[in-house]
Amino acid sequence: MEHIISVTVENKFGSLSRIAGLFSGRGFNIESLSVAPTLDPSMSQMTIVTSGDERIIEQIVKQLNKLIDVIKVVDLNESDFVSRETALIKVHTRSEDRAEALRIADIFRANVIDSTPTTYTIEVTGDPRKIEAIINLLQPLGIKELTRTGRVAVARELIRSTDVQAKKVVRE
Amino acid sequence: MKLTGAEILIECLKREGVKTIFALPGGVVLKIFDMLHQQKDIEVVLTRHEQGAGHMAEGYAKATGKAGVCLVTSGPGMTNVITALADAYMDSVPLVCFSGQVPTSLIGNDAFQEADNMGLSRPCTKYNFLVKDVKDLAVTIKEAFYIATTGRPGPVLVDIPKDVSMDKAEFTYPSSVSIRSYNPVYEGNKWQIKQAAEAMTKAKKPVLYVGGGVIFSGASQELIELAELTHMPVDMTLMGLGAFPGEHPQSMGMLGMHGTYWANMVMHYSDLVVAIGARFDDRVTGKVSEFCPHAKVIHIDIDPTSIRKNVNVDIPIVGDCKLVLRELIQILRATVNGDQRELRKPWWNQIREWQQANPLAYQQEADGPIKPQHVIQRLYELTKDRDPIVSTDVGQHQMWAAQYFKLAKPNRWLTSGGLGTMGFGFPAAMGAQAAFPGRLVLCIAGDGSIQMNMQEMATAVVHKLPVKIIILNNRFHGMVRQWQDLFYEGRYASSYLETTPDFVKLAEAYGAVGLRASKPSEIDDVLKEAIAVNKPVIVDVPTYPYENVYPMIPAGGCNHEMILEDPPALKNKQSGAGQMASKDSDTILTA
Repeated sequence: MEHIISVTVENKFGSLSRIAGLFSGRGFNIESLSVAPTLDPSMSQMTIVTSGDERIIEQIVKQLNKLIDVIKVVDLNESDFVSRETALIKVHTRSEDRAEALRIADIFRANVIDSTPTTYTIEVTGDPRKIEAIINLLQPLGIKELTRTGRVAVARELIRSTDVQAKKVVRE
Repeated sequence: MKLTGAEILIECLKREGVKTIFALPGGVVLKIFDMLHQQKDIEVVLTRHEQGAGHMAEGYAKATGKAGVCLVTSGPGMTNVITALADAYMDSVPLVCFSGQVPTSLIGNDAFQEADNMGLSRPCTKYNFLVKDVKDLAVTIKEAFYIATTGRPGPVLVDIPKDVSMDKAEFTYPSSVSIRSYNPVYEGNKWQIKQAAEAMTKAKKPVLYVGGGVIFSGASQELIELAELTHMPVDMTLMGLGAFPGEHPQSMGMLGMHGTYWANMVMHYSDLVVAIGARFDDRVTGKVSEFCPHAKVIHIDIDPTSIRKNVNVDIPIVGDCKLVLRELIQILRATVNGDQRELRKPWWNQIREWQQANPLAYQQEADGPIKPQHVIQRLYELTKDRDPIVSTDVGQHQMWAAQYFKLAKPNRWLTSGGLGTMGFGFPAAMGAQAAFPGRLVLCIAGDGSIQMNMQEMATAVVHKLPVKIIILNNRFHGMVRQWQDLFYEGRYASSYLETTPDFVKLAEAYGAVGLRASKPSEIDDVLKEAIAVNKPVIVDVPTYPYENVYPMIPAGGCNHEMILEDPPALKNKQSGAGQMASKDSDTILTA
């Protein structure tokens, strides 16, 4: 099952490679990984999308915690969370396709952030299904380049403890 | 006052109480060696290879319980010490390794003898540091020792560029360390401990399964008390040997692939496994799906990742073995009375039956070829009153040593468990000897593995480390040969060494003492002579080359299905082959 793990790490030389090395060395999957600074410049925030059964996820969380540069690990699947991903899609547009490309972007509330005589670059943000959907629609026009940020996620606030309890029971 | 990086390093080592370091110089660490040369508090043991330095530091650490320290140069110095770091990481040995690095201005330029020391060591150290500014050096070293020796111990690397060792900074050594992201848990969860105590009082067929964690946490006394209080049998892992007295009536000896018959049967038929400082390694569990099928599992370990990594656990307790055992004992003392003995009587009857059914056995004929087990048995009998430290390499001799050399106390057993590093034994023994100059230190080795770090004999002679090496010389990589006989139809692909050096002459060439026992009747005298010499000694003992280690659980096999002796086909084959080989060996050894 897919899990999103949020990891707060020391913003130090080598922290990223320690985490990447842990995943490759122990054969854990990384579907996507994003890193960026936090409000506190001494820390970085990573969002790792991974998959595995319950025992593997437990190991991933424990092994991450064991790394000395790791300050905090949260398996977001333990609670409610929201996640988003951004994609930049460079679409090949002949003159007759340009209106169609704009229409598709509009449907997905995506923005055209750059254009050349033969391309539009479309920026879209959403959950992975939305991104997949716009890609599918744009593909017939011809996608020249695609780059995705990988997901970032954050836990929702103010979950009543009973909700968490109920969820745990369901999982077990 | 301002000190150079090299001086700061030495001051830090002194403050950490380091008396001995194992080291080999090179271009970028010359400044450090120059400063070491001008002081008297720290002895520098100059090794002949960096791997030797690493293993010596490991031996020192295992025997003393303190962090071992080694110092190597950049590039090849670093790559050579990697094996020892990986070994220490697998076996949780506290180690601080200092490596030289090219000057900071050259890092990344493919400078002479440059290697990415951080990248190389990352997967085989608990943590590693690159010191880019001499101002950070003292606090880094403090943190390195702290990380190496706390929580689950392990090796830590400190990479020091040449300019950092020469730059100057004000020296102050921090009195304490606090790392916000590193807080090992020592106290076990009280509720879980209570649960564990309850399960232990109720169990009819329990077993204590103990590993190296008991030794590192210094919990042997607590373990003995717990075992006697609850009247439970004690299985030890390879790394746990010595945690519980080998001759104690409740000791089952070693379990696992080459463990005793009863130690494995106890595991398989138990209804409660209490794992203490052990990690359910595949050499212990065999086939995981059929491991301890009837048992509830309590797992006490300081490392949360060890818990539920390989097997499911019913009562996990994260904490330091010593503290958790103390709490357990406290609870059990209040609840347990003599009834435990009565409750477990049938269990013990069963265990005694198993012990009688398949004892460890070998046949030594008075005028036949020497059996390796016999050598270890005699070595044990002759030295046990002297409380020796015993190191081994890896292979058949290691397993026989584990089976026949019954250790009475912890920190006496130096062996490479997790990584299985041939060439570990001799330098590790030297490290222990450097820590305890007056003690008897034995190294049981094979003719294959001793040659992997033979060069350290020069170090032993120069530094007067009178380690006694007993080579069980079968001119094979014996364990490989055993597997080939059992699983590869006897095709000895690259397991036969064809020739080994004359170890007696080799010892003499180094300025050590060489002895040989060629007949069973000579063993006692030769061993006694070796023990009496105050110099490094090699005792070469040509042994029967086709002896196999039993019991054996084939890889991926189930714990109660052990091979207990040579299969018939193998017996027939070897009765012919053995004679040929022994003739052959005579010609080589007398040539």
